[in-house]
Amino acid sequence: MSMNNQGRPTKASDAMDANVKTFTGNKALMIEEALSFEVGDLSGSGVDLQEPSGEYDRLGGLKRNNMIGLPGLSEPEAMRHFVRLSQKNYAIDMGPFPLGSCTMKHNPRLNEKVARLPGFADLHPLAPESAAQGALELIDTLAFWLKELTGMPAVAMSPKAGAHGELCGMMAIKAALEARGEAGKRVRVLAPESAHGTNPATAVLCGFKVESIPGDGTGRVDLEALKEKLGDDVAGIMVTNPNTCGLFERDIRAIADAVHEAGGYFYCDGANFNAIAGKVKPGDLGVDAMHINLHKTFSTPHGGGGPGAGPTVLSEALAPFAPLPYVSLEDGKYGLVETLHHAEAEDSGETLGRLTAFHGQMGMFTRALSYMMSHGKDGLKQASEDAVLNANYVLARLKSEMTPSFDGPCMHEALFDDRFLKDTGVETIDFAKAMIDEGYHPMTMYFPLVVHGAMLVEPTESESKRELDLFCDALLSLAKRAKAGETESFKAAPVYAPRRRLDETAAARHPVLRWSPPQKAEAAE
Amino acid sequence: MSVKYSEDHEWVKAEGDVCTIGVSAHAAEQLGDVVFVELPEVGKTFAKGDEMAVVESVKAASDVYAPISGDVVEVNSAIVDEPAKVNEDPQGAAWFVKIKPSNASELDALMDETAYKEFAGQS
Repeated sequence: MSMNNQGRPTKASDAMDANVKTFTGNKALMIEEALSFEVGDLSGSGVDLQEPSGEYDRLGGLKRNNMIGLPGLSEPEAMRHFVRLSQKNYAIDMGPFPLGSCTMKHNPRLNEKVARLPGFADLHPLAPESAAQGALELIDTLAFWLKELTGMPAVAMSPKAGAHGELCGMMAIKAALEARGEAGKRVRVLAPESAHGTNPATAVLCGFKVESIPGDGTGRVDLEALKEKLGDDVAGIMVTNPNTCGLFERDIRAIADAVHEAGGYFYCDGANFNAIAGKVKPGDLGVDAMHINLHKTFSTPHGGGGPGAGPTVLSEALAPFAPLPYVSLEDGKYGLVETLHHAEAEDSGETLGRLTAFHGQMGMFTRALSYMMSHGKDGLKQASEDAVLNANYVLARLKSEMTPSFDGPCMHEALFDDRFLKDTGVETIDFAKAMIDEGYHPMTMYFPLVVHGAMLVEPTESESKRELDLFCDALLSLAKRAKAGETESFKAAPVYAPRRRLDETAAARHPVLRWSPPQKAEAAE
Repeated sequence: MSVKYSEDHEWVKAEGDVCTIGVSAHAAEQLGDVVFVELPEVGKTFAKGDEMAVVESVKAASDVYAPISGDVVEVNSAIVDEPAKVNEDPQGAAWFVKIKPSNASELDALMDETAYKEFAGQS
């Protein structure tokens, strides 16, 4: 049988591997994207407007004489520029994103559909309460389920991110200490060595002095060492549970009891709530305040894809100090308590004050509630279980070639250190760069600080077994190559990234932060 | 006078009534390429263990703690202009500050070279 292909060869020729240097510098769809200043014309504009006529100059001689110096891009030029740049980016919608402690899980499209309903999406933050009943009810419903899931009596919905939630919680602790007349005395805050950097930063911002709690050698807080540090000058502790080593703090109840006995408060960093949501209620663990990263546990997009949100649950002891504004319900009507005057009338006059201009990240609230409602009680529990199962699968598959820092089982993330690279000349950063060539976003590197050359892998529940197997096979092959002495190829990685390995030192020492027009080329000889 | 070391990887060299302080070669190596140094003002007083300077590398930002108490009499602004010197000669030209100790006996509590090498090898 013969097929009519009109003489057009359908098979790649033997020359397909030839290294072709293109005139444009582009490699098919890999475009050498210029800066917007170089794409556009500085003297022009993307829009042609007729010179206005018959207008009076009311600028009093302040009219601009020179060109403003911004690139004039037409709409298609601007569109192409930013779409091309976005195509060089990596995103959770393109592949696994195993950044430990970041919980880069799939953002379900149903959330997006709900968030785009005009009644939510087009609502103005200053709309009258009577026109915003649905949105206020949504905030109140989400707040109810957050309190239910955490076993806590109150929640502040307005914090805009995890660290902002930390600030809210620590300000509530400060306000509670002030109300007790102990704010001047209780100046120390304790945090484990493995804490997120935002913990000590938040405590310092609130005027506390931070002290580190040593680990116990198994990746957890040393309870006895903690007890020794407690005293009547301790405001509280900040502990992440599960912690950044991917481990559940087994002594968490004893830790909370010891801190409470010493008169302090327990701030729990809820960054890793996604490992225990539906399984453990932080309120049962003695927590006084905890932020919930909606963009982690409840699948709303992360910073790059939209704002974060960090609602903060508060215990009975801290609830009176919750910030404004908050949603109230009276006679079947929702309202916002926004002023101190109003708060006093509502018996919440001890509030720490207003934390944000508006009422929180509405777009994240709709997405988070959509996620909760579509999963249900059993679904949320299974999501936590699957996240833990996936991390343990990765831990079990990789431990033959890589070195887990602590014995499993782990919670939602698996921590490795660089012992398996000893004497290979390959370092954690080289290993991570080689992962880019394999088509993966690297895991979290060099964090937590408690192990050397840390590699923190959080696969999340979104990844299938097939995807996890491919990921593990790739990492195992890299580990074998490192041990086989292929050091040079690791040092050169990534070779397939558009700019290969970046010189981070030069970038930090001599950053080029300003574009200046190229010098006019000398006239050709 | 020999060089003494703190557990936070600072070195101290006493000459007359002035002590020169910097970060150890081990610390400089662990930090990686240093890209930024912030030094205190001359005349500032530090107690032992206070944060005295900041050093940032491509890997991390770290505080440099005062290994002994005293007043700052001189700072090495050359390493602010050229942080790479910290990697080139951490225990020589890239000293951080000179201080006038307020309690010279604090020097006795620091490690000598042998003890520090053993300490650094462990961590």
